[in-house]
Amino acid sequence: MSFYGLVDGSDASLKSYLNNLSGVDQVGAEARAAMLATRSIKTTSKRWAIETAITMVDLTTLEGADTPGKVKALCTKAVRPDPTDSTVPSVGAVCVYNDMVSVARTHLDLIGGQHVPVAAVSTAFPSGRASMPVKIQDTQDAIDAGAAEIDMVIDRGAFLAGRYIDVFNEIVQIKEVCGDKAHLKVIFETGELVTYDNVRKASFLAMAAGADFIKTSTGKVVPAATPPVVLVMLEAVRDFYEMTNTRIGVKPAGGIRTTKDAIKQLVLVNETVGPDWLNPKLFRIGASALLNDLLMQRMKLDEGYYSSPQYVTMD
Amino acid sequence: MSFEYAPAPESRAVVSIKPKYGHFIGGKFVAGSKHFPTINPATEEVLSQIALAGKAEVDAAVKAARKAYVSTWSKMSGKERGKYLYRIARIMQERAREFAVLETLDNGKPIRESRDTDIPLAAAHFFYHAGWADKLEYAGLGTSPKPLGVAGQIIPWNFPLLMLAWKVAPALAAGNTVVLKPAESTSLTALLFAQVCQQAELPAGVVNIVTGDGSTGSLIVNHPGIDKIAFTGSTEVGKIIARAVAPTKKSVTLELGGKAANIVFDDAPIDETVEGIVNGIFFNQGHVCCAGSRLLLQENVAEEVLHKLKNRMEKIRVGDPMDKNTDVGAINSKEQLAKITELAAAGDAEGAERWSPTCNLPTKGFWFAPTIFTGVTQAHRIAREEIFGPVLSVLTFRTPQEAIEKANNTPFGLSAGIWSEKGSRTLWASQQLRAGVIWANTFNKFDPTSPFGGYKESGWGREGGRHGLSAYLKGVSHE
Repeated sequence: MSFYGLVDGSDASLKSYLNNLSGVDQVGAEARAAMLATRSIKTTSKRWAIETAITMVDLTTLEGADTPGKVKALCTKAVRPDPTDSTVPSVGAVCVYNDMVSVARTHLDLIGGQHVPVAAVSTAFPSGRASMPVKIQDTQDAIDAGAAEIDMVIDRGAFLAGRYIDVFNEIVQIKEVCGDKAHLKVIFETGELVTYDNVRKASFLAMAAGADFIKTSTGKVVPAATPPVVLVMLEAVRDFYEMTNTRIGVKPAGGIRTTKDAIKQLVLVNETVGPDWLNPKLFRIGASALLNDLLMQRMKLDEGYYSSPQYVTMD
Repeated sequence: MSFEYAPAPESRAVVSIKPKYGHFIGGKFVAGSKHFPTINPATEEVLSQIALAGKAEVDAAVKAARKAYVSTWSKMSGKERGKYLYRIARIMQERAREFAVLETLDNGKPIRESRDTDIPLAAAHFFYHAGWADKLEYAGLGTSPKPLGVAGQIIPWNFPLLMLAWKVAPALAAGNTVVLKPAESTSLTALLFAQVCQQAELPAGVVNIVTGDGSTGSLIVNHPGIDKIAFTGSTEVGKIIARAVAPTKKSVTLELGGKAANIVFDDAPIDETVEGIVNGIFFNQGHVCCAGSRLLLQENVAEEVLHKLKNRMEKIRVGDPMDKNTDVGAINSKEQLAKITELAAAGDAEGAERWSPTCNLPTKGFWFAPTIFTGVTQAHRIAREEIFGPVLSVLTFRTPQEAIEKANNTPFGLSAGIWSEKGSRTLWASQQLRAGVIWANTFNKFDPTSPFGGYKESGWGREGGRHGLSAYLKGVSHE
């Protein structure tokens, strides 16, 4: 593994790489995100943003109570979010637990959703507290069952204890399992890393280790994908592209429930890393309730009034 | 397809502008004799005709102010004065949208800034000083501080309503009455403020507003019935005022020009620093006396910071100030645009390298693209003279000591910025810098509780906070 020539895989080189990163000023980062949240997105640009955001949704169900029936319903919605309007695009992916991957893949293929990938959460999601062989097996299982995207969690305990090399090696090993069969998204659980300095450090660590995407949160911890956290990650991705000529994707997840929230995220992308990232190959939004709000806002743009929530399907 | 933001214009319907205005004297609007136009600098549309006050109007205003001072305002308890100030503050908040739209139309600044900065801060100044009105004896300024009398106040065009608030709120809280003259190109929000005074039922004559140009200002400065002059504007005019009041008993505060150094050390948080540089010089089109107009970069990070700064500047949205997504609006006047253009040309002539992002400037109105000059040295005019526009001069330094020497090597001393993640360095630098306001890891942040003012040719006295109150009270030592 070359790690883009940034590190040689040793603890010392990783530490030196991470220590060379400039710090993040909390007040400044929050002020920038707050300023960008004042952008007023109207009419044609709102329509474009809603359409684009739908294609970026990783439609997610991650509940202990998930059943094959629930997952199949989610897949149907993912392929055709609005059954009354075939111009609504499919979402970016369906995101489920490991044991639901084959159910999702089979059902998607059955209903003409071959173009919708299945993402599996992996590596003892959401806590990441398991041995490495278990994490590897978890990932291998998901890929074997048809997952094209792996959403792994990092070991936050190791990160906070300063054992960056352990976090790095885990990502490297999971990336090896993914090979060319699955895209790797690395979840930081930013609500547990707490500081923006840590978010920036984790971003550069994961990108060097081979992440295809960096993702904020599991959705199980609050706060999750706050605008300043996403801003800091987008800045890291932008800088990494300048260093390596490689585009890494970003996936905010958790707490993005309304069209307004989603549009704020798109504005962050547009004004930080630029329009190249405004497509589902490089930006995804992990969400469940968001999709229906996007559909309702889309209807409102067409019809000029807000419909009752009963005009969109519950799942 | 890319993410183009559709126009999002703020509605103008919330304001009604009269075709012609008079003065506000003794609680009433009185007709003017001569008039001059005020325009929207973004479109050159004539918004209204503003009255030019001559001797008769200034005399009447001073007389009204004196009468109100003697008969009402100086006799009223601080608690009662505070009630009026709170009432004014609340009305300003209620009518914030109206003030913001009017400010943007008359001044050319983006609606985002008038809405999110100017108007909320102006109201905050009234709220803050309202709280002081009945507590003056506890301000550490002596046991029974007394007002000065009638204050003549002359304010600039860059933050019209906010500068009014900085002047009027402390004067009134301390028990003075005022004769205020807004800048010639931006009188409209002051005249709307006069309506607010009526709405708040402020006793007649406590606030008097006369409009006009430099000749009106001169009448105020030289008026024998005025006890105190407060001026914000250019150092050139400040010196004229200082000479005029020197042989008189008038007390004076001056808030003048600046050429602030914004110093970036190599351990700065780079992305937020870039934001701070942009905010420091392009906020309000650079029409800011405390603007971070000299960027001092440590040589070992200069290239990285400049690269990121240029990328960031490509995202600045220049255009219609009424559009909610506009970041940089119009230059306030033809004269100011000519001054900026002349100084930028001097930068070219002296061999500095000019760079601006690609931006389509409107054809009508007064516009200047955000601009940086690199390769600037201390000997360049653009490193010494205040440009008062969206033009940044970039210099480099090698050691912290050199940064301080360069930063202080100016006749001005209003503000400075320090960017570093190292607390000890920030504290050390802030002790060495000869500037009245020093920001650390931020820039252009204002708060009514914080005193504002300069060293050297940047002014006399402070505005805001407890220090600012002392400029309107007698029997206490002035700075």
